[in-house]
Amino acid sequence: MEELILKLKSEIIEALNLEEMSVDDIDSEAPLFIEGLGLDSIDALELTVLLEKKYALKIQTADEGKKILYSVKSMAEYISQNKK
Amino acid sequence: MKNVFISSDNIITSLGFTTEENITKIKNNKTGIYNIEDKELSPSAFHASLINTDELNSKFNSINSSNNFTRFEKLSILSIKDALSKTTVDIKNKKTLFILSTTKGNIDLLEEKNKMIFGENRLYLSNTAKLIHEYFGSPNQPVVISNACISGVLAIIIGSRLIRSGQFENVVITGTDIVSKFVVSGFISFQSLSSGPCRPFDVSRDGLSLGEGCGTIILTSNKNYLSRQTEVIVGGGFSSNDANHISGPSRTGEGLLLAINKTIEDTESDYSKNIDYISAHGTATPYNDEMESVAITRAGLNEVPVNSFKGYWGHTLGAAGIIESIDGIYSLRNDFLFKTAGFSEIGVTNKINVIDKHEERQINNCLKIASGFGGCNAGVIFHKL
Amino acid sequence: MSEQLIISNYCKIADNTVSLNGKLIFKCDIEKKFPEFIKEAYKNFQINYPKFFKMDSLSKLGFLTAEMIIKKENPVGNFKNEDVSIIITNSSSSLDTDIEYSKTINDADNYFPSPSVFVYTLPNIMIGEICIKNKINGENTFFISEKFDIDFLYKYVSNIFETNKTQCCIFGRVELMGEKYESVLYLVKKAKDCINTNESVIFEPENIKKLYIS
Repeated sequence: MEELILKLKSEIIEALNLEEMSVDDIDSEAPLFIEGLGLDSIDALELTVLLEKKYALKIQTADEGKKILYSVKSMAEYISQNKK
Repeated sequence: MKNVFISSDNIITSLGFTTEENITKIKNNKTGIYNIEDKELSPSAFHASLINTDELNSKFNSINSSNNFTRFEKLSILSIKDALSKTTVDIKNKKTLFILSTTKGNIDLLEEKNKMIFGENRLYLSNTAKLIHEYFGSPNQPVVISNACISGVLAIIIGSRLIRSGQFENVVITGTDIVSKFVVSGFISFQSLSSGPCRPFDVSRDGLSLGEGCGTIILTSNKNYLSRQTEVIVGGGFSSNDANHISGPSRTGEGLLLAINKTIEDTESDYSKNIDYISAHGTATPYNDEMESVAITRAGLNEVPVNSFKGYWGHTLGAAGIIESIDGIYSLRNDFLFKTAGFSEIGVTNKINVIDKHEERQINNCLKIASGFGGCNAGVIFHKL
Repeated sequence: MSEQLIISNYCKIADNTVSLNGKLIFKCDIEKKFPEFIKEAYKNFQINYPKFFKMDSLSKLGFLTAEMIIKKENPVGNFKNEDVSIIITNSSSSLDTDIEYSKTINDADNYFPSPSVFVYTLPNIMIGEICIKNKINGENTFFISEKFDIDFLYKYVSNIFETNKTQCCIFGRVELMGEKYESVLYLVKKAKDCINTNESVIFEPENIKKLYIS
């Protein structure tokens, strides 16, 4: 899990162009949106693409998306539970 | 102040190749939006309004046998030609300017199969505009406006300003956008497309439907170029920016409210204090329609009848402001309001007066509004003399 | 007779240099590519705005050019937000980013359209970015023309002042395509709103051109 979280963090930094951030700056459990990293709606869409592209996982509904994309940890949990 | 009249117009959508054909279909409640399964456009099915390619080609071949025109250019040329045939305004006159309004132009030339036929040169909008204006022998350098989904309304505002300032007597404005793999994939990635034909302002709306469209409107200050019983003039106009987010509409409607208020301020008060019809942007995305309802209400116009044409031919991007203005002008000339296709139950928190059935009604002043990515908004008023 | 307009500040970015009012204020190795250059310039001027890194190249260029002027003279504060307008032109629209976006969809086996790239496939997003940072709400228009059509735009900008659509305008050309880029933006306002007119230049086609090619 730790390894996946670390990998995910660097993928997020790259996909969202969080230029001035390093993996250490991202708290695994902090909310990604509004507070925490202060991501916005386009970032959320881009994270959805990231899950599809790198992990072949497709978020089905907006509500599901909100839960999965809550934090790096929730994303990692979703990936490890659903990865084929 | 110098009056800017509407001398002629044309609409091309999946519903027809002239304004009249489109109006007749709308009156008969036809929609051009269907489920599209076309792997060339998208791996998954989507709803859109597409112009029939065979029909387009046969119409175009009847005026020109050359194969060297793109879909975008064929539409634009056909539209201009039809609009010119209904007026004595001469596009070759030095006093006539040509304005092209588009969000993406010949963007399908990024696809290999089209690039091989037409090259890459016409990916540049100025080259596309030049090709069209040379086709008609227009003497002045064309003006191109590309400002997301407000391009069409902006082009009318700017065209009328150029006439009022005395720089030109006539302005031919054409707005065109096609449905391409580029645009479809982008809106899918934004999760903005509707699951069925779009439903503006409705409680069950879930996104927009894309549409191909082209419209031409010819403005003039010269009364000799007018031939109708009822004439319509362009009032004031204004564009604004939300300064809030590059893609999400402002929740307070502040930017659109500013555009509406400034448009009213910019229009002679006899007309602007009695706005009796609003042609909204009404894309049918949850946020856009909600934002418009907030702005309309904050402007004190919540009881004014309002409609959206997107349910008939989808969101035609840079053409939308032109073809929807032409509809508004028709409504003014004929005292006839069109219902909002796809709408049945109000689904915005501010209860605006959405038109739900075709209605004969005396109207004199129409406000057309639009909003787009980049936080931009625009408004323009049309008045019946 | 219409009121006289002046250019109170202008900024030009080209050939890995940034100049403000004709004075060189930053340069970096000409061998460096645009992304590196613009990042170094951003860091040099200590603009603390993480959203900058999310922008496409065209928006970065326009944003930084505007920022140089605004750091010197912020029109918001002196004018109402709605009275400040932005009129920008270029030749290639957002084509550079259009091509980048098309790479995310051209391969059927690797079809992952990117929303954060798609949003920048409109040239006016750059205007939106400048507006968001500086709370500018006034008129905004993006014109496309092959060359910087100074005569047309001079008349258009003068007209929106004359008809009271604006009191202050950020105006100019921001062009970027492949490895080629160049930008020039001018802050235009009425002479009566200018305290120190000594350093100002009259807003007229010859001067716009002179400052652009200098």
